Amino acid sequence: MNKVLLGILVGAILGVFDGLSSWFTPEVRNQLMGIVFGSTIKGLIAGVLIGFFARKVHSLALGLVFGLAVGLLLAYAVAAMQPGPNHYYFQIMLPGGIVGTIIGYATQRFGQPVQSAAS
Amino acid sequence: MTWLSDSALERLRAAAEAPDLGGTRYQLVSKLGQGGMGGVFQVEDQILERQVALKVLSIADPEGTLSARLLQEARIIARLEHPGIVPVHDAGVLPDGRPYYTMKLIQGQRLDAHVVSVTTLTDRLRLFLRICDPVAFAHAHGVLHRDLKPSNVMVGPFGEVLVMDWGLSKLLHDPQRHEKASVAGDNPLMEAPADRTAHGTVLGTPGYMAPEQAEANALIDQRADIYSLGAILQFLLAGAAPFPRALDAIRKQAMSISPGSRYQTVLQLAADIQHFLDGAAVSAYPEGPLTRIWRWVGRNRAWILLLLVYIVVRALLIFFRPR
Repeated sequence: MNKVLLGILVGAILGVFDGLSSWFTPEVRNQLMGIVFGSTIKGLIAGVLIGFFARKVHSLALGLVFGLAVGLLLAYAVAAMQPGPNHYYFQIMLPGGIVGTIIGYATQRFGQPVQSAAS
Repeated sequence: MTWLSDSALERLRAAAEAPDLGGTRYQLVSKLGQGGMGGVFQVEDQILERQVALKVLSIADPEGTLSARLLQEARIIARLEHPGIVPVHDAGVLPDGRPYYTMKLIQGQRLDAHVVSVTTLTDRLRLFLRICDPVAFAHAHGVLHRDLKPSNVMVGPFGEVLVMDWGLSKLLHDPQRHEKASVAGDNPLMEAPADRTAHGTVLGTPGYMAPEQAEANALIDQRADIYSLGAILQFLLAGAAPFPRALDAIRKQAMSISPGSRYQTVLQLAADIQHFLDGAAVSAYPEGPLTRIWRWVGRNRAWILLLLVYIVVRALLIFFRPR
């Protein structure tokens, strides 16, 4: 499996679980499906970006930093889009950053690097 | 009467041992070492203008048996084209009638000297794997080394590992012989009685020689080399003790008294070492479920740690959520 596909897969799985965790918050339980969908899309986008980065840069440390940055950035965007006065930046960005870090780790450690075309 | 000094005697002895290279393309540079039946000299190939090593018979051989063996050694090495085996360049007979062959000059350290600079267990095991490679290759070509030991392994300046001194090696099967062995249902890598070097002759080095090799009339096969590799592994692990039980189990299996209890091929031995390096289970060491789980955790601790952090953060956020 190539690194981009691995990033997409890990991002999607973590996105689903990240979204499902909102079930524990009764106030938003009625929006569960929307949250899971949005969270999965966020995970997919993070997976693509971090997967491409892992293709170009072979460094576990940089992969983790990039994953954290992408996770935080996407989570910030999600938090900023929250309706109402409370955007829950901390509650959304903290797990988002960790998810990005996990994708960064997975794509650096595993997945096939790009193979050069035969001449 | 005038007595010769020790140094004069030494010079005379060296001059007597030096090969007569007159009329050949080689010019003597220095003596590199002395083996059981031959001396090894550094010489310059004057045509190609490069330094090579020349091995020449250095003891009397009235029956020609040793000459034939030296030539056989050169032929065996010549057929083993592998980066871990020193290539033979040329073979022939010197003007003084002694047979010789030349090979690539390796300027490195013997394993027994080099090992001091290899401090970590992982690096020593990687080194061991690089010794296994040419031996496995030789076995695949029907050749037993029969004298594997640290002093017969050279580590070059760029870390290249070469298995040296194939003087006791044995070619166990050529196509015709292989055919006969197949018909008879025998192991083609098993030395037939008629192929033994000489009746009742024991060849090898104590401490590194398989028990069956020490029995003068025993049949030996590739498992004798596997025993020697086990002894080399033991040598490499010395000083690294206490080493893990799985690794000790690999060493013990390689050095089993009975050939049937050893690894049957060098590849199996190398695979177990590689599994050990990868943190995977090794065939020589059956482990319980707890050990297996612990090893799995050890291999995946970064994953587990990241997921645990995520779960803990999620749990804390749920627990302390604003109401």
